[in-house]
Amino acid sequence: MERIKGVFFQDCDDLLVELETGLLALQRGERDPEIVNTVFRAVHSVKGGAGSFGLDPLVAFSHLFESVMADARASRLALDAEVVATLLRAADVLADHVKVAREGGEVDAARAAAIGKALVELTSALPYGGAESEPQEDALLSIQSAPAQATRCWAMRIRPHRELYAKANEPLALLRELRRLGEMTVELNDDDIPLLDDLDPEQAYLSWTVLLHTAQNESAIRDVFEFVENDCDIEVKGESVNIEPAPQTVALAPVGDTSREAPAVRQTVVGAATETAIEPSVKAGETIRVDVERVDRLVNLVGELVINQAMLAQHMLASGVAMNQIDMALEDLDHLTRDIQDSVMAMRAQPVKSMFQRMSRLVREVELATGKQVNLIVAGSSTEVDRTVIERLTDPLTHIVRNAIDHGIEQPPERLANNKPAQGTLRLSAAHRSGRVVIEIADDGQGIDRERVRKIAIERNLVSADATLSESEVDNLIFLPGFSTASQISALSGRGVGMDVVKRGVQALGGRISLTSKKGEGSTFTLSLPLTLAVLDGMTVSVGGQSLIAPLTTLLETVQPKAVDVHPLGANATLMKFRGEFVPLIDLGMLFGYRTEPLQPTKGVALIVEDDVGGRAGLLVEEILGQRQVVIKSVQANYRAVDGIAAATILGDGRVALILDVNAIIASQRQGAPLADQRRAATG
Amino acid sequence: MINVQSKPQTKPRELISFLIGGQQFCVDIMAVREIRGWSQATPLPHAPAYVQGMINLRGTVLPIIDMSARLGIAPADVAGRRVTIVVWIGTRLVGLLVDGVCDILTVTEDMLQATPEVASDTLRVFVNAVLTIEDRMVCLIALEHLLPELDVAAA
Repeated sequence: MERIKGVFFQDCDDLLVELETGLLALQRGERDPEIVNTVFRAVHSVKGGAGSFGLDPLVAFSHLFESVMADARASRLALDAEVVATLLRAADVLADHVKVAREGGEVDAARAAAIGKALVELTSALPYGGAESEPQEDALLSIQSAPAQATRCWAMRIRPHRELYAKANEPLALLRELRRLGEMTVELNDDDIPLLDDLDPEQAYLSWTVLLHTAQNESAIRDVFEFVENDCDIEVKGESVNIEPAPQTVALAPVGDTSREAPAVRQTVVGAATETAIEPSVKAGETIRVDVERVDRLVNLVGELVINQAMLAQHMLASGVAMNQIDMALEDLDHLTRDIQDSVMAMRAQPVKSMFQRMSRLVREVELATGKQVNLIVAGSSTEVDRTVIERLTDPLTHIVRNAIDHGIEQPPERLANNKPAQGTLRLSAAHRSGRVVIEIADDGQGIDRERVRKIAIERNLVSADATLSESEVDNLIFLPGFSTASQISALSGRGVGMDVVKRGVQALGGRISLTSKKGEGSTFTLSLPLTLAVLDGMTVSVGGQSLIAPLTTLLETVQPKAVDVHPLGANATLMKFRGEFVPLIDLGMLFGYRTEPLQPTKGVALIVEDDVGGRAGLLVEEILGQRQVVIKSVQANYRAVDGIAAATILGDGRVALILDVNAIIASQRQGAPLADQRRAATG
Repeated sequence: MINVQSKPQTKPRELISFLIGGQQFCVDIMAVREIRGWSQATPLPHAPAYVQGMINLRGTVLPIIDMSARLGIAPADVAGRRVTIVVWIGTRLVGLLVDGVCDILTVTEDMLQATPEVASDTLRVFVNAVLTIEDRMVCLIALEHLLPELDVAAA
């Protein structure tokens, strides 16, 4: 049962997305009756499923919602902007109800009640809980009005005899067979079940009333019953729509052999309803649902394959066997493994649509809370990113969007005074750009007040009062820990989480965040993220006999330091002149304790790297071994976070190599506390 | 016998015993994932001396803890023959570098004794209990204290 429930909740996710997509289309002013139908069916399917699992609050709310949609469909209710806005909020509450039903917790009662009241005002329908048979009638209604092309409606009564069961036939199988012919509703008649005392477990008591819409003729229907014809009563009537409502559906399964059919059949109805709801909107290709764990396992295995392939190639090289065929076969293998890897990664990729859709809900909520008017424009929502990136990006993105409306976009009167439309615009876009995905959040609000940002930063001791800062440096101050510009703590943004947390969240994903802003015209946050967290392109270098990997994304160039460019600074710091600019030269071997004697800068190679805030440094290494794609393995999972190390990988010879955390290395240098000192403290 | 009746006899536990610098230690067999030969570890920067580095166990990267360094016991002269016992410590997979594996012991809970007061302080942190097998003393390792960060939390 729990598993079926799980499937229901998965369906719910799809249905809620469909619901919201439909409502958003209505909000844009599209008036295709099919959209209203889709919305109605989505709500209806949620209600139907919820009913069979006894999720009463969900049923009650979706019933109300459904009634409103039924009115809208029958053109008894005009879908003006205000009504659609209410419906969108109702969709949010419905999503909350689903979430509570799935994960427990509480629905915001006041909000739910307010929306519920708004819905009641929109409809003339009775609240749920009155006539028990009403939902069934509703179900019939939805089936009858579903678009039917040259289909006829058949009403059937099926009453199996005990012989049918004795011959090991299953009514459920028959009903399933019938369902393949078209859309159908099934009702169970349990009137004949006697009291428990008189019940003969081998006797057949149940009968079913079936309403089937199908393009098939009577003989096709009769064919279904071919093998059981003599063991049950079957009545088939064509065009008979006005079938009298069957008595109540059994909720409590009676004892006896036949009883187990009851819940199963109810499930059948739910299944049928769900399918019909999805069908009309199928546009994308066929999909299957696969457990994430299975995909992840495949990703890991392919990672192993890549490593093994590299090992094989290395062994071949070392063995000195020179054979054209082997070389060619190895090259083919290399291409194949890369193709497999790309395909597997593509399986984990998801469009950012789901995340963007959450943002549209967020915008509605923030609008409501602040009284500001915001038009959300979404672009590139079909851009695909690894699902982990999407999962872990949702929080930072939520925060940025919330901030953009709360701090960026002005109140309508203020906007009008500044010759802007009362409604602010928030643009959310995603696109692939040179192997990364770039997400932009642009508002047309007031922009960053640099004077104020600077003042606050000085107040909080984040910068010294006499520091000269460029505009972008000032803008970037908001990413510092302990910075928050909200002059009063608002319920929205002032949650003790600043932009520094956003930045860390993005960086933890291997991403970068930047900000451009123009006073009075708005701000744009740009997030650049890797497409996947599983592999990265890196430069393999050797340091003190160890192999280290520098991520290519951080690497500007590699240079051989010349003696004239290297200048010692103080006791143990060295600067290097690089393109007319002095950058700190960091001896990685000393920093990591891989060497006890410093390396002569002129005898090594300097990797010029840049961190996320544009800080540069030269990392001094002995030699460059090559460039390769590496599979990222966590160091933290089995050990702990190591300063200066982002992750590990496995080299062609099976050994572990560490991947450099360039941000941490440059930051440690900036704070003037060399990591080597910490090492001494740790070991001493 | 009365004791046995009032406290139901616990299921016997199986322990794997191993040598570190001539002394016998053991861990619960349920924590052990596998035992493998020594392999060169990649040293980690800023790691305590007893953390030898990381190794690759069929695609999983895990740390190696040199047990003689961790327990402060002089290692026996078996450099080339040392073995790694891969154990689960909570959700972490960790390799313990020891001098050699001895035996599988089947013991019951009542055979385990609290660590006597006389044991050195460093050792007491890492030893949960002691037991006697054929006149030899075997110390049961407290795995949860072996990793550095958990060590700090305990101190």
